[in-house]
Amino acid sequence: MSDSVQPLSPHDDYTDTQRIANRFAALKTERRAGLVTFVTAGDPDSERSLSIIRGLPAAGADLIEIGMPFSDPMADGPAIQAASLRALSAGMTLVKTLKLVRHFRAGDRTTPIVLMGYYNPIYRYGVPDFIDDACSAGVDGLIIVDLPPEEDQELCHPALTAGLHWIRLATPTSDDKRLNRIMTNSSGFVYYVAVSGVTGTRSASEQDVAAAVGRLRRHTNLPVAVGFGIKNAEQAKAIARVADAAVVGSALVDIIAATDGDAEAAHKLVRELAQGLREEPRDL
Amino acid sequence: MTTAHNPDIESYRAGPDEDGHFGIFGGRFVAETLMPLVLDLEQAYRQAQRDPEFQRDFDYYAKHYIGRPSPLYFARRLTAHLGGAKIYFKRDELNHTGAHKINNTLGQILLARRMGKTRIIAETGAGQHGVASATVCALFDLPCVVYMGATDIERQAPNVFRMKLLGAEVVPVTSGTATLKDALNEALRDWVANVEDTFYIIGTVAGPHPYPEMVRNFQSVIGHEVREQITAAEGRLADVLVACIGGGSNAMGLFHPFLDDTGVRIVGVEAAGFGVDTGKHAASLTGGSPGVLHGNRTYLLQTDDGQIQDAHSISAGLDYPGIGPEHSWLHETGRAEYVSVTDDEALDAFQLCCRLEGIIPALEPAHALAHVMRLAPTMGHEQIIVMNMCGRGDKDVFTVADALGVTL
Repeated sequence: MSDSVQPLSPHDDYTDTQRIANRFAALKTERRAGLVTFVTAGDPDSERSLSIIRGLPAAGADLIEIGMPFSDPMADGPAIQAASLRALSAGMTLVKTLKLVRHFRAGDRTTPIVLMGYYNPIYRYGVPDFIDDACSAGVDGLIIVDLPPEEDQELCHPALTAGLHWIRLATPTSDDKRLNRIMTNSSGFVYYVAVSGVTGTRSASEQDVAAAVGRLRRHTNLPVAVGFGIKNAEQAKAIARVADAAVVGSALVDIIAATDGDAEAAHKLVRELAQGLREEPRDL
Repeated sequence: MTTAHNPDIESYRAGPDEDGHFGIFGGRFVAETLMPLVLDLEQAYRQAQRDPEFQRDFDYYAKHYIGRPSPLYFARRLTAHLGGAKIYFKRDELNHTGAHKINNTLGQILLARRMGKTRIIAETGAGQHGVASATVCALFDLPCVVYMGATDIERQAPNVFRMKLLGAEVVPVTSGTATLKDALNEALRDWVANVEDTFYIIGTVAGPHPYPEMVRNFQSVIGHEVREQITAAEGRLADVLVACIGGGSNAMGLFHPFLDDTGVRIVGVEAAGFGVDTGKHAASLTGGSPGVLHGNRTYLLQTDDGQIQDAHSISAGLDYPGIGPEHSWLHETGRAEYVSVTDDEALDAFQLCCRLEGIIPALEPAHALAHVMRLAPTMGHEQIIVMNMCGRGDKDVFTVADALGVTL
């Protein structure tokens, strides 16, 4: 596959441990909730994926989650499974995902980038190499779906030591005892998965989310982002009333699938969602 | 004959540790949503292990419903034909439903009932585990949903119909490569979405802790019986144990009670498909590398980028790109040997067994038998091989006919 983006110097080091904290501090000053957008790296190919991701901040994304494609995404629904397969068929690899982040970072030093995915590609890459390469490419945090606190010695501890944030998922099945365990070694923010289930299939009610976020806040001072099931501006607004950020994934990935990676279509959805959030001032 | 023995390991039967590790293998690599369930399951299983009533229930159904103990049969004609070691078959193909799988589904459904779960899900490759799950669900009146790869549904039509007759819903899985690994992914997705009422019966010694240990323990009834039976028949233990390996549950069930008998050589047989060097095989230990999938670290077929590769075997039950973590550990410690057998070798063994012993084996144990055919002639007449005949071949007659170019 030809990669038309120009190679950058691999020596540029974009390590910065403060980007996530700075962004949430700025959101607080602006008295609004943040918009976190998820796209799969290399969907539908690296070139189009890069142009989608580059335009996300201007369209209103405050943080960007980038999915690392995996052949067996057990916790994802049909939309993100398909995105992973599209990316893999187009030749995406973890090496290329890190390269994509590096290209993005060359033009944007402030928008936090969080890599999300499954452990096996990282394990295969080699944990120490992955951490070095992710830091220097300008990755700010990691969400690794299949690494619960029980497996913290694998990647969480070395990542935190290197200054990468370790963002955990909390779920409706997390009771108070479990939340204590989840918050230990959590950093950056906490991602609340609003429904039990795979990504993109069901939505949660504002009331349930409010109660759950309230419970989370008794266990952490970290910002709380809420995701799973947000498809439109109304839902994003509802989340914004109770949480620090709303995560939009499957809806955005669906647009990328439907338009074969048309950046403008993806950015239009992000603008609508961002607009919704900005109309919902927060009283913090 | 020498047997690998590692002086640093006090007992090969002590694993896993409390976090589910066999050396570096095993563990609990699952999404946070599932962690409370996995922890609950472990606690419920520990309680059941301490409860004599649980063991009594298991023994009762094992005897009166499954038909245990299964015989240990001296394969006289095969022994004479190969002209070496005495060959015994552990006849787990005579179990109700025709395979060893029901030993495990019985144990797990008894546990599901104790936990008050009201819905059962399972994944299946060849359909044997699906049938065994559907069977115990009918027995205990619980709804059963079986995830099965669309490719497997096509090549295992008789088992699909069996599951439906037993009242199970068979859900075709079209994601990924539409085989066993994808059925497992889909079952995990179902479980994540139905955490309150659903019990997931995993069919092999893989998945997050405590599954590998729990499934092994339920299947260990095989090895415990063999121990008594071979002692009664020969006054001693076997020289070699042989079993086929997909995920590896029948093999762990046979091997585990003998792991500390270091005079007993232990051999697992993986499916080499068209040949390990062709890339079209299912031999995770012979042709794979360590990775993390389906809740545990183990040997996997994968690319340099850590993407899971398709497995290939003529036997749908061996067609899995991973292997139970305890096997990975036994492989690395050298306590067990792992070899591989191609589709063609398995087909030859399949036909020989039909003609010499009047037993139509499943294609899975036909792989084990193919290795027995290599091994027995190199051994003395006084030596003993026990092979697990873990399934019967009725389900495979169409596949075999096709492979032999016969139109039915």
